[in-house]
Amino acid sequence: MAAIPVMGVVAVFVFLLLRLSPGDPAAILAGDAATVENIAAIRADLGLDKPLPEQFVTWMGQLLQGDLGRSVFSKQPVTVLIGQRIEPTISLALMTLLFSVLVAVPMGIIAAWRQGGWLDRGIMALSVAGFSIPVFVLGYILIYFFSMKLDLLPVQGFASLSEGILPFLERITLPMVTLSFIYIALFARITRAAMLEVLGEDYIRTAHAKGLKENVVLVKHALRNAAIPIVSVIGIGFALMIGGVVVTETVFNIPGVGRLVVDAVLARDYPIIQGVILLFSGVYVLINLAIDVAYVLLDPRIRY
Amino acid sequence: MKKSTLRHLGCFASILALTAAFGITTINDAAAQDKKVLRFIPHSGLRITDPIITTAFMSRNHGYMIYDTLFGVDEKMQPQPQMVEKYDVSGDKLTYTFTLRDGLKFHDGAPVTTTDVIASLQRWGKNDAMGQKLIAYTKEMKEVDAKTFQIILKEPYGLVIDSLAKPSSNVPFIMPKKMADTPANQNVPDEIGSGPYRMVKAEFQPGVKVVYEKNPDYKPRSEPPSYMAGGKVVKVDRVEWITMSDAQTAMNALIKGEVDIWEQPSFDLLPALKKEKDIEIRNLQPLGMNYMLRMNWLQPPLDNVKVRQAILHAVNQEDYLAAQVGDPDYYKVCPAMFGCATPLNTAEGAPKPSIETAKKLLKESGYKGEKIVIMAPTDLGSIAQLPLVSGPVLRSIGMNVDVQSMDWQTLVGRRAKMDPVDQGGWHIFHTAWGTADMMNPIANAGVKGLGKEGGFFGWTEDPVIEKLRDDYARETDPEKQKQIAAAVQKRAYEMVLYVPLGEYFQPSAVRKNVKGTLPSPAVVLWNIEKE
Repeated sequence: MAAIPVMGVVAVFVFLLLRLSPGDPAAILAGDAATVENIAAIRADLGLDKPLPEQFVTWMGQLLQGDLGRSVFSKQPVTVLIGQRIEPTISLALMTLLFSVLVAVPMGIIAAWRQGGWLDRGIMALSVAGFSIPVFVLGYILIYFFSMKLDLLPVQGFASLSEGILPFLERITLPMVTLSFIYIALFARITRAAMLEVLGEDYIRTAHAKGLKENVVLVKHALRNAAIPIVSVIGIGFALMIGGVVVTETVFNIPGVGRLVVDAVLARDYPIIQGVILLFSGVYVLINLAIDVAYVLLDPRIRY
Repeated sequence: MKKSTLRHLGCFASILALTAAFGITTINDAAAQDKKVLRFIPHSGLRITDPIITTAFMSRNHGYMIYDTLFGVDEKMQPQPQMVEKYDVSGDKLTYTFTLRDGLKFHDGAPVTTTDVIASLQRWGKNDAMGQKLIAYTKEMKEVDAKTFQIILKEPYGLVIDSLAKPSSNVPFIMPKKMADTPANQNVPDEIGSGPYRMVKAEFQPGVKVVYEKNPDYKPRSEPPSYMAGGKVVKVDRVEWITMSDAQTAMNALIKGEVDIWEQPSFDLLPALKKEKDIEIRNLQPLGMNYMLRMNWLQPPLDNVKVRQAILHAVNQEDYLAAQVGDPDYYKVCPAMFGCATPLNTAEGAPKPSIETAKKLLKESGYKGEKIVIMAPTDLGSIAQLPLVSGPVLRSIGMNVDVQSMDWQTLVGRRAKMDPVDQGGWHIFHTAWGTADMMNPIANAGVKGLGKEGGFFGWTEDPVIEKLRDDYARETDPEKQKQIAAAVQKRAYEMVLYVPLGEYFQPSAVRKNVKGTLPSPAVVLWNIEKE
């Protein structure tokens, strides 16, 4: 229920921020050689000449009916535009999440298990590299080697799953690997820290004393108890991915929601910006809810 | 090795072999189909599909794909009939009678009739400068029958055919009446034209991808193609416009063959592209583009002609072109306000740059050090350097300059304001126009002297130049038109309606197996085939 006032505040904030920022979508729509009269006519047609409170009430009325409005430029419904662009973003985010978790969690476990050793230091060094290399630099490097030199993968573009698993994987691989570096770094570090805290506990010593195999101690006993902070960070990471894939989408020419909103900001396409930000805030609320549910599953002591 | 392991390996190898065989077959089929698909990276994403509501070049280029025009200019910039079969002009030059070609059909199968033509011209005439002038001189546009119509003038007007042949924004594209009845400040609701391609609406993603397919009902003219005139013969089945905002990615995609043409590679990447064995650099828009510096006549001290003249004399086009373009192969100094590659090319009135003269004029003007605000768009690479040159140039003659950085959209919103500078107004901005958009005194919005009522931003007001523009419009003799155009330019320089900053040419990068690309004032994708 707290989601509704949160999204209400976001709606008001984004509406005001856009209307009070410099720029005029009517002037952009009319083009460079337009006259003031052309622009005024377009502004009136868009309803942008009306007082702000009236514009806000009109927009909120539409919103409450599930109508996010139409793009100022293409005139297409914002819901349709988001619908066209959501699959690439979700695909990229989910694949990146899956890849990052599959690589990072074992890395973090190994680093904690071999704390202070060369494996630990190597993994932490890779983690620093993952944080430090900008996404676009890494993207260009991977494109150079795997697309241009080795001709193994395409440079750009997105193929939906409906076009086949191979085309989908072919085009998602490089952007997924590019984007995952920073999240592998983040998840590995958090996993290592959480595991180190748990590995010092009495019950771990007891598990060893009982003669359990190391992998059973690490996974079944230690990881399970270290999972809460790891799941939190993975959830937040996923939320950040949804909103932060725009650089990857640009480098690999993936037509996702990130590029949709950046293009809309540059063009002052108010309905798209408002619609996408509301969508993102809704996604964040849902992800937080999912994290809270996951806590309950991971730790039976937690009850709401 | 265990038997089970061998079995697994054998099975795996079989799967690999089958996949490879399937892959090879698929690749061969795909390669054959690929020859019929042209992939093109445009300079920006298409969002506004109505080429009448906006002057944006993307919308204009989209218009040329799906619509057709009554006339088109050839490479000598002479209007030639396109949808028109024949036309004649009455002896008193007041009645123009046009007959359409046989077989013209819209994409929904309906024939093109004069009802559609007149409705389209009237809608175009509400927004376009040449269209507005034509309508102002027109007494009536009359349907004689389904294929013949007349434009009946109030008095002789020298630009009737030139107006109908206008190559750049806004182009008088012909639409069905049901679309052309849309008010001129609202987008048309559909994409039905009679042009050489049809838009595949199901695959349209605004700002991302546009797909066109060959229009099987299109009847091209028999003449060879020449700019916007002649036969528009389509030799591919499908064209995909794929927006790529990252220049490095676009270059890599072109090198790898994932796309065929990159409309506007950035100048700094051209040397790398030239080294690629499969890529050619072609100048597909030989008319070029023109940079300009535009001043706000409403705001002191730029309401003082001597201050404006001081700025004019301080400007050396070479400085701007070197900063913005870099390679002299792609620019030239051009004082002609109607383009150096057009019949109206002249240097009439253009002064030689001189800092000393500029300083003298500034002193004579009584300039007292008032701040001059120059708007500098940081996100538009095609003109971002120009204000950075203007700042030091104006300071060098003793002006107090404030170069304010902003994004292009902020600039576009701000330049429409007539407010004083301390309330959000401005003094100077820079822009670039295609030569095709400024090739005569009527099309060139920069030489309008209408002031606040219908003038371009900057609101230059000059009754003398407006009289000269009217004289040009009325004159039907091409030689006399040239003389009047020269007079317009001379007056424009005297009063400093704007400062031309030179001409540049934006080449395209094309894969060598793509043949038949045509030079033209706007992007044209007919006549192209892939080997």
